[in-house]
Amino acid sequence: MGYRFSQTLVAMLVMLLTCVSWAEQALQDTTVPPQTEQGLNSGTDMMDADESNRVVAPPTINEILDQLTSRSFDDKEAAIRQLANQNNPRVIPLLNALMNRELVHNRKDDTIALGEKQDGQWELRDPTTEEVVGHVDSRAARPVVINNRLRTVINNQLALSGLNDPDSDVRYQAAGQLIGNDDPEMLTALGERREQESSQRVLDQIETALNIAALQSDDLTARLNAIDALSGNLHPEVKNSLNSRLSVTDNASETRALEQALKKIDARINTFQTADTVFFGLSLGSVLLLAAIGLAITFGVMGVINMAHGELIMLGAYTTYVVQQLLPNSHEWSLLIAIPAAFLVSALTGILIERFVIRFLYGRPLETLLATFGVSLILQQAVRVIFSPLNRTVITPEWMSGALEINPVFSLTYNRLYIIFFALAVFLALLTLLKRTRLGLQVRAVSQNRTTARALGIRSERVNALTFGLGSGIAGVAGVALAQLTNVGPNLGQSYIIDSFMVVVFGGVGNLWGTLTAAFGLGIANKLLEPMAGAVLAKIIVLIFIILFIQRKPRGLFPQRGRAAEE
Amino acid sequence: MRDTTFKGALSDRTARTFMGVLFGATLLVTLLNQIFPPDSALHVSAYTVTLLGKYLCYALLALALDLVWGYCGILSLGHGAFFALGGYAMGMYLMRQIGDRGVYGNPELPDFMVFLNWQELPWYWHGFDQFWFAALMILLVPGLLAFVFGWLAFRSRVTGVYLSIITQALTYALMLAFFRNELGFGGNNGLTDFKDLLGFSLQSDATRVGLLIATAVALASAFVLCRWITGSKLGRVVLAVRDAESRARFVGYRTEHYKLWVFTVSAILAGLAGALYVPQVGIINPGEFSPLNSIELVVWVAVGGRATLYGAVIGAILVNYGKTVFTGVMPEAWLFALGGLFVAVTVFLPQGIVGLVSQHWERLRKRFVKTGDTDDTPAAQGEHS
Repeated sequence: MGYRFSQTLVAMLVMLLTCVSWAEQALQDTTVPPQTEQGLNSGTDMMDADESNRVVAPPTINEILDQLTSRSFDDKEAAIRQLANQNNPRVIPLLNALMNRELVHNRKDDTIALGEKQDGQWELRDPTTEEVVGHVDSRAARPVVINNRLRTVINNQLALSGLNDPDSDVRYQAAGQLIGNDDPEMLTALGERREQESSQRVLDQIETALNIAALQSDDLTARLNAIDALSGNLHPEVKNSLNSRLSVTDNASETRALEQALKKIDARINTFQTADTVFFGLSLGSVLLLAAIGLAITFGVMGVINMAHGELIMLGAYTTYVVQQLLPNSHEWSLLIAIPAAFLVSALTGILIERFVIRFLYGRPLETLLATFGVSLILQQAVRVIFSPLNRTVITPEWMSGALEINPVFSLTYNRLYIIFFALAVFLALLTLLKRTRLGLQVRAVSQNRTTARALGIRSERVNALTFGLGSGIAGVAGVALAQLTNVGPNLGQSYIIDSFMVVVFGGVGNLWGTLTAAFGLGIANKLLEPMAGAVLAKIIVLIFIILFIQRKPRGLFPQRGRAAEE
Repeated sequence: MRDTTFKGALSDRTARTFMGVLFGATLLVTLLNQIFPPDSALHVSAYTVTLLGKYLCYALLALALDLVWGYCGILSLGHGAFFALGGYAMGMYLMRQIGDRGVYGNPELPDFMVFLNWQELPWYWHGFDQFWFAALMILLVPGLLAFVFGWLAFRSRVTGVYLSIITQALTYALMLAFFRNELGFGGNNGLTDFKDLLGFSLQSDATRVGLLIATAVALASAFVLCRWITGSKLGRVVLAVRDAESRARFVGYRTEHYKLWVFTVSAILAGLAGALYVPQVGIINPGEFSPLNSIELVVWVAVGGRATLYGAVIGAILVNYGKTVFTGVMPEAWLFALGGLFVAVTVFLPQGIVGLVSQHWERLRKRFVKTGDTDDTPAAQGEHS
């Protein structure tokens, strides 16, 4: 203990000296002044100084790097460790450069430089200042060769330096990288970090890493404590190391503890996987809801079978694409413009369809089906002619990409999460519109009894056009959301039309709450069946279920009652 | 009043005219193909023979749909499924006929099963090496499916739009199922590479002409059958069901039985059409189940004119001829034309072409010829659907 303490003290002294002298040098070199302070302040953090640092004349970064010209991997490893122990902001970029084969050995003067291949030549830059120092022929320099052992060393060193980063995200990443690592050097560093760590989630990662390492300890109590602490931990490495410990242990109480811990982990994994499936089901349900809710208006309230509904969704998706093309520098908020734009485009198209086709066909639902199907073919082909038959990609804004990671087996992708909320928002807005506004009242009046509504002074023609426009506009808004999930192509709408009809019919025509229940019910059922039966079979099972369900309850889950229900 | 016996259906003027035109055209094409040498200007190529055969299959399918939609008011958006099932039954027979001439030379298993490493024939493929069995299945499988489906649907009084949508779901589900390799019908690629039918090579002109004649005979028989059904007492009840189902039920008819009967007959005819179609085009794949096909079929009938039977035949041939011409000359325009046709026919021509022609015909005749009523006006037409 005493020896170790004195060793550490010596190392600290050496480090301080190194830093001070390096700082002086840096001060002379005015291009890198900010490094000075940092070097001085955090110099005390460096506990694990390498043997080579005891040399009196402290080497510069470039000097250390030049040791990499050696052919021996042991020499290189020593150089890497020495480099990592330099407290200098250049260390991490240089280690990364070494990993990516961007550090090259210039054979002319036998030095190491940052190299980038340009037109068959190496452009060499100084490792510390990044200034261009010259160009050499492609054969006059070659990247420093590293092997897997060195890669591990570099990774460890990178993780170590990440562990002391002021940014807690970086520390979290670094600690995560060290989970499963049994290098004593790393464990010491983790142990030291544990004492001063303030962020709970970084601390959890560190505990996990240390406990996994403790599984290999010779002390039974330490092992049992570690197993106890790891029980229920969902990190994949935990399960692996518990399993491998289980295969070597011959202690009965340890075996029991291990088995219990593994069982608890499996139970938690199961729970979260179910949660994951339900989340995907909700996501599918929200997509179905968005696609079907407009149909619930046109079909449910007006009795028009709008086969062009899918194409109105497609128009919304293409509007999103066009808006992005028009505002190429603002992907972050162009969605906010795309939503009203898509609503307007689809609503206007819908009103045109109503005025020129459907108006003549009220009371003949089967014929609206045929006519609107014709409209859908025309719209599809028009899009093919205007935008080409190829798929278009809509760029997902930054705030919608990525995932909310709850634990290693369960994370919620932001785009799906937002779409669930968006679908619910659209649903509530529509519900409010129908129940609370004058237009909604008129729509319901006309749908229940056209003649009486007209007799009371409601202009049913206008209400029809507006209702159809509303349903179509919502289809357009659904298109904006779908464009975030799938490719935008001429067939986008076709793939949703049958599903949407199923949802509306299953939920009960003319009942928005029924549509909501049906969309989420079918979405979740589909996703729950998928792991058991496969995606296609799951869909077939759901379709057959709906067909049979309609036999039992021909008017859906929540049928309309009373006189309005009779044809 | 028409003679409602089967003999009467065979000899009434509409049926006679229909058969006259049908057999006349078939005979003409046959003779032009067989007698004139290939370099003669009057020669009709095997391609045209097959094309005509294909149109006649579509016509038979449209006839089947007209029987349920025009006369019984059931708009089935799943008739393509019965057509495809008949086609698959025929395809299975043709597949077994290939024997060891396939790529892998396996005498028992079709190529795709060898490719998927299947060891033995699935149970439902047994028997399809016999033509009589395949022929039975061609009629039985679509008929049985329609019977079960119809029995469930009509018993619980699923009508109108709901019925249309669940028939669409039916064909969609079948399409998804047939796309699966595990089902044992060749998955995505379907059944193809057929060699011969009843020992006749499918590549030879004579077989093609033979298939055309067989199709024409089938279409004519189906036409007479449908005339007979629609003219019979049963047909009258079916019309009543179409026009006022509740009233027919209150009068004492078990309407669901009538609907089920017509639906099943129609499905069998559709299956027959599919079976005749497959050897002529040489392939059957799950695409035939696609809901789009079934809806297109509805348009053929709507274009020709509902509830006339011959209108469906005319519509099917005209629309498909238009499709052949359009897709050859300007493929981009075909969907515009088809879409426009859908809209125009439903909005402006609820009676279809036949309705348009007969309206004008009546007016012209009243103007020039002062005669009494004739007996060939189409069966009662309503604007109901």
